[in-house]
Amino acid sequence: MTLPESIEEEFGPAYEAGHAKHLRDRSFIGIALFLAVLTGLEVSTYFWDYGGFATPLLLILMVIKFGVVVAYFMNLRFDYRLLSWVFLSGLLLAVCVYIAVLLTFQYFD
Amino acid sequence: MTDTTATSPDAALETDGTDAGYEAYPRTEWDEHDHLPTNTGISHNKLAMWAFLGSDCLLFGALISTYLLVRNVPEEVPGAGPPVREVFDIPFTSVSSFVLLMSSMSMALAVGSISRGDVRRTKIWLLTTAILGALFIGGQVYEFSVFYNEGFGYTTNISTSAFYTLTGFHGAHVSLGILLLMSMYWLVHKGRIGQAQGESVEIAGLYWHFVDIVWIVIFAVVYLIP
Repeated sequence: MTLPESIEEEFGPAYEAGHAKHLRDRSFIGIALFLAVLTGLEVSTYFWDYGGFATPLLLILMVIKFGVVVAYFMNLRFDYRLLSWVFLSGLLLAVCVYIAVLLTFQYFD
Repeated sequence: MTDTTATSPDAALETDGTDAGYEAYPRTEWDEHDHLPTNTGISHNKLAMWAFLGSDCLLFGALISTYLLVRNVPEEVPGAGPPVREVFDIPFTSVSSFVLLMSSMSMALAVGSISRGDVRRTKIWLLTTAILGALFIGGQVYEFSVFYNEGFGYTTNISTSAFYTLTGFHGAHVSLGILLLMSMYWLVHKGRIGQAQGESVEIAGLYWHFVDIVWIVIFAVVYLIP
């Protein structure tokens, strides 16, 4: 039967063993500590002068934190790929629309 | 009854109006994986929550970009005034951010606990998450009151209006999340949600993590980036 195979290919390895994979508690705590360290690094830009490096650093850290929470706490890394597309389509649409708005108002000039 | 062994479970549903067809449906490799009887194999509730979260990105995107547009409007422009960022208390907001980040961890632990059928730990982590969320909201209320006393009210200028609208909407989302968590706690406590219905806790968790990722963006873009 081809249906199961196509579903598996379509939606990724989510239900390989009957249920979506879940990380163990220890992993969640480790991820939270990692996020706390990144937050500390973000806050350090307030106390120390990073010059022109501060904004790119903050944006990179924001994207990493965002991605880690979505991938591991929200379990998207191990869930159906369709769910990733549903969420990312909304997110990318929002980013594109509002970059267009900011460009229209010459925000980056 | 119609022989459903050679047809789909949906055909059985049409025949006798029950889901018995799913039992009669011949076992395949796919069935052994316990896929849900939906078109995609994904629970409709979970799919709907992800679609909602995707659409909510547009709401917060609008509010964040509005704030970015008006935060540095020169004071001589009608409606503009001193920017609200002059009174930001970064150390205090950093602690609030940390609290919300840790609430995401406790939510993930609650989801993990219910998936293992550990009701006691599920209740503990749900309650912890709700308390951390309430602490965050308390911090936000305190922050707003300090800003107000410093002369930055909602209608003081367009910068403060945009700031309060953005952070207020986020606060409303967190408050709604706390109600959702307490509902989950009550249902778990009453035994209406157990391991088999654990997806409800997972869906509540998705909403909670979403308010966390929105705050990650707000904290960096609104509070920290000069």
